[in-house]
Amino acid sequence: MANMSLVKNKMPHQDADVRIKNFDEVALGYTEEQAVDEANRCLGCKHKPCVGGCPVAIDIPGFIEKIKERDFEGAYEIISRSSSLPAVCGRVCPQETQCESKCVRGLKGEPVAIGRLERFVADWHMKNSKDTPAAPQKNGHRAAVIGAGPAGLACAGDLAKMGYDVTVFEALHLAGGVLVYGIPQFRLPKEIVQREIENLKALGVKIETNAVIGKALAVDELFEMGFEAVFIGTGAGLPRFMNIPGENLKGVYSANEFLTRVNLMKAYREDSDTPILRARNVAVVGGGNVAMDAARSAKRLGAENVYIVYRRGEAEMPARLEEIEHAKEEGIIFKTLTNPVEIIGDEHKFVKALKCVEMELGEPDESGRRSPVVKSGSEFLLQTECVIMSIGTSPNPLIRNTTNGLETNKHGCFVADENGRTSREGVFAGGDAVTGAATVILAMGAGRQAAKAMDEYIRSKSR
Amino acid sequence: MYEILRKKELNPTVVLMEVYAPMTARKAQPGQFIILRVDEQGERIPLTIADFDREKGTVTIIFQIVGATTEKLSKLSEGDRLCDFVGPLGVASHTDGLKKVAVIGGGVGCAIAYPIAKKLHAQGAEVHSVVGFRNKELVILEDEFKKASTKLFVMTDDGSYGEKGLVTNKLKELIESGEKYDEVIAIGPLVMMKFVSLLTKEYNIKTVVSMNPIMIDGTGMCGGCRLTVGGKTKFACVDGPDFDGHEVDFDEAIERSNMYKDFEHKRHEETCRLFQKVN
Repeated sequence: MANMSLVKNKMPHQDADVRIKNFDEVALGYTEEQAVDEANRCLGCKHKPCVGGCPVAIDIPGFIEKIKERDFEGAYEIISRSSSLPAVCGRVCPQETQCESKCVRGLKGEPVAIGRLERFVADWHMKNSKDTPAAPQKNGHRAAVIGAGPAGLACAGDLAKMGYDVTVFEALHLAGGVLVYGIPQFRLPKEIVQREIENLKALGVKIETNAVIGKALAVDELFEMGFEAVFIGTGAGLPRFMNIPGENLKGVYSANEFLTRVNLMKAYREDSDTPILRARNVAVVGGGNVAMDAARSAKRLGAENVYIVYRRGEAEMPARLEEIEHAKEEGIIFKTLTNPVEIIGDEHKFVKALKCVEMELGEPDESGRRSPVVKSGSEFLLQTECVIMSIGTSPNPLIRNTTNGLETNKHGCFVADENGRTSREGVFAGGDAVTGAATVILAMGAGRQAAKAMDEYIRSKSR
Repeated sequence: MYEILRKKELNPTVVLMEVYAPMTARKAQPGQFIILRVDEQGERIPLTIADFDREKGTVTIIFQIVGATTEKLSKLSEGDRLCDFVGPLGVASHTDGLKKVAVIGGGVGCAIAYPIAKKLHAQGAEVHSVVGFRNKELVILEDEFKKASTKLFVMTDDGSYGEKGLVTNKLKELIESGEKYDEVIAIGPLVMMKFVSLLTKEYNIKTVVSMNPIMIDGTGMCGGCRLTVGGKTKFACVDGPDFDGHEVDFDEAIERSNMYKDFEHKRHEETCRLFQKVN
């Protein structure tokens, strides 16, 4: 019987006043009953509009049908045909602008909670299925993947399933890319990422950590070592700063540095040797998901007042609505239409205030968003001892600067076609390294697309 | 991986370790650095490469015991393994075309100055090395420098060995006596590099310094290692660690280097207490 409720089953959460004191996951996930009840809201439309909204075209009505039948493992099998990281994407995908935005139920009331159902299925599988995937028969060919983030892991997984001998080279000491250094524990538990990586290893994927391609090894050397195709999934990890006075004062972080200290290096734990500034007042500059992650992490580190300073209005914020709501519940203070102009230091060169101006929205710019202009005479000081710059990242230049014949665009992104082919034969690229900072699901999709193209390429060469 | 093949105490607070790290050894060049972690809870610390042996696949690091991490590192023995060791990172020192160079080393910085002196000497340049220490007990790498230098001057703050005085005193004396250097390379404490740079600026001698700021990833990702060089922000990990000494904002770098002083001090004491209990 279809469930005609106009609203989604609510996601169980840790209460805001409790969760701001820990780094445990905020959203607790559906129970089996809640999942089946929510699945029954799906009308199983024949034209499947939701599938068109999914960057990797998961058979959404198909897996939801299995949930209705309580065949949760069956649902997992359907999702894993299209997605390599369902437990991750169920948590961090912006479903409200993808699959759920196309849901027919959303025309009147809320769409089906597709993201929450995906997460439920993936978590159910992790909890109840003990078997690790068996390594497939090897086909005798070798492929290299640079970067163990979402794009690289997805690419490696698919290649391994096709029988390739795959080695992933990762610059950091831990695989996972932005999933381990960027997205906080309370939004994406690291155990989940670890589990996905263990699965890849079970498929026979080798992961070489502490290997910086472009420094220790050049792309050309990978071919000399016998790799027949190379995938570059190095992401967009270079932080941008505002170039305002005071940015090099002590207490100014890039969001990358702040989050890396917290997530990868576990600076929030007593037993970690990595230091982090625990300030009473923290200002995070920017309005994206990363800014929300930084602000909420700062709160959990014990800050009393955490500000989001954003030059446009709340409606223009690129962060997901859910992240903004969670941040507000946790007491993050939103200073929208506010732009920093200078960071002020004390006599010891520690940050003591952020000088800001108020903005008002003018005419829409080329991105379609109304561009902010300074309100004259609106300058004011925000007392803060820590400023976290979260205004975007660019691709890392290490490989670009050390590899001949790899075309890049003016933003430093690799130029690649829809199958990930770059200007160099045998070199493929995908994810943020090609698109600039985007989403986990797009990177994963690009990695899988490239795996297909790499397979075709290697087969055409060995024919 | 990352087995410590050789360990030697160069003085009571400075330790040399030769580590098995073939991937790093293959490409290592003087001036580049590595990042290591001692254990799973460990922080990532950058150390400049002191030497390397491509055939043996080893990289030598020399470090001073200054905090919790270097304390823990110093307690490891030959045969122990480091948790992580990544490199070579950063841009190698430029030595091409240099005919006559003054290499200035201060304290543990001599460990980094030495491979550069060695490389310059090997390519036939005239190398005047001036190395400074607080006292006789702390002198390191004297024999090595002797072999790699045309002239070597050892300075101590208290005059207990070599000549009494600062490296800048000796450098000034050499310049005043008519020595014409293509370049001065200064590696040591920030204060020393600052004053060497101020001195050479007066004489308009190009000066290169090696910066070693706080960093995490070493690949340009965190921006924690940023410095102001010639009025512009640079990342020491990918743009350096070598920079034009006349352009570096040393006062800012000195301030930034003590950002976590309190935490480091507390952590170091805790670590020392822990080792006392064990022993």
